[in-house]
Amino acid sequence: MASGGRIVIVGASLAGLRAAQTLREEGFDGTITVIGAEPHLPYDRPPLSKEALAGTMPDEEVYLPLGALDADFRLATRATSVDLGERSVALDSGQTVSFDRLVLATGAHPRSLSGLPDLEGVFFLRTLDDCLAIRARLTPGCRVVVVGAGFIGSEVAATCQGLGLDVTVVEALPVPMVRGVGELVGRRCARLHADHGVRLQLGVGVTGLAGDHRVEAVVLADGSVIPADVVVIGVGVTPATEWLAGSGLDLENGVRCDRWCRALSGGEAVAGVVAAGDVARWENPLFGEVMRVEHWTNAAEQGRAAALTLLHGQEAPVFDPVPYFWSDQYETKIQFVGRVGPDVRVVDGSLDDDRFVVAYGSEGRIVGALAFSRPARLMAYRSMIARRDTFPDAV
Amino acid sequence: MRVVVDFDKCTSNAVCMAVAPEVFEVRDDGYLYILQEEPPDALRPKMEDAVRQCPTGAISVEG
Repeated sequence: MASGGRIVIVGASLAGLRAAQTLREEGFDGTITVIGAEPHLPYDRPPLSKEALAGTMPDEEVYLPLGALDADFRLATRATSVDLGERSVALDSGQTVSFDRLVLATGAHPRSLSGLPDLEGVFFLRTLDDCLAIRARLTPGCRVVVVGAGFIGSEVAATCQGLGLDVTVVEALPVPMVRGVGELVGRRCARLHADHGVRLQLGVGVTGLAGDHRVEAVVLADGSVIPADVVVIGVGVTPATEWLAGSGLDLENGVRCDRWCRALSGGEAVAGVVAAGDVARWENPLFGEVMRVEHWTNAAEQGRAAALTLLHGQEAPVFDPVPYFWSDQYETKIQFVGRVGPDVRVVDGSLDDDRFVVAYGSEGRIVGALAFSRPARLMAYRSMIARRDTFPDAV
Repeated sequence: MRVVVDFDKCTSNAVCMAVAPEVFEVRDDGYLYILQEEPPDALRPKMEDAVRQCPTGAISVEG
């Protein structure tokens, strides 16, 4: 059954698309059905908080090139459950789709804040439609409050500042981006906002929103009130696994997978079922760690890796990447390879400069590196991490 | 095989340089330089990797 048969891919974003493209490149000649909850063909998400939000990228350029891909896209269609015994996926249209092999690539949903009223002018940013709805509200003179200083929040703040808008970022933790880059670099990221006139309210949570139908202000835990015409909430995502409850798959903050991206059930790989992208939590042998990565490059590479596993089983390479992400904020290109580790050392430039490189170590081994506007120098660390070089010798 | 970069799309992420430093070089001036426009066929898998991994889809391979 290596070739031919029916492959169903649930999720029509980057991971699902790359899986479909890889299957065809490898000569798979059966049917491919791609189920997408959104009404759009696959598009690229990174521009949604940057050029697409600013309106400097033509809307059609946000779509990913499909080429001559032979696949049946079922868009605006949500998968509601999977029956691994019957080998079928149920859809919200009432139909079911049968499969021989299955790719789970449903991504993630934005996390919400509990207890906030439903007001106009309050947005999450995950989809193209979210981006267009926010953009329509970014009129000259409007006051933007961004809740959450992670990647999405920080990029939205930078983009809105670039549009000449009045921007405040509220973050419950004392340091921005701390989960992604650690405390030292997180503090440097705080300065990046401050240097551009964006106000930061750190270490204080949001307790409420004021306004009748339309938001007028954000209320913080310390009692302060920040006037707002537009509120964008970016407080992280949760993997989209709700539809897999009761399927028998191991769900632990994502679809638990082995090193070939094969979905597990009771700790055993399920034949012909793989997962990729934001929804997949897999064992990365390079780090000996079970991880879930919410970035573009991982979705692209894991979509491909999962497809290779479907076709070649354990003959396919294990999926052992050095994770990579980038974030463009103001004029700074922030790039990261690997993982954050407890040992941090500045290896190029200084944190007082606009450009520098920082390396992260853990247990005597280099596990990560981050750069501000030093792309070439950063990439040298990617191979050191892949080679498991020692820290601090490598740096 | 010819490597083509759309410099309107390239944002110098240097992912291509990590994949194939013998072909792609981002210098300290922040720009990407192509070291071999027609790399030998042995480099084809690396070129395909660079095409796939480029975050802005700026690289293509002709021939």
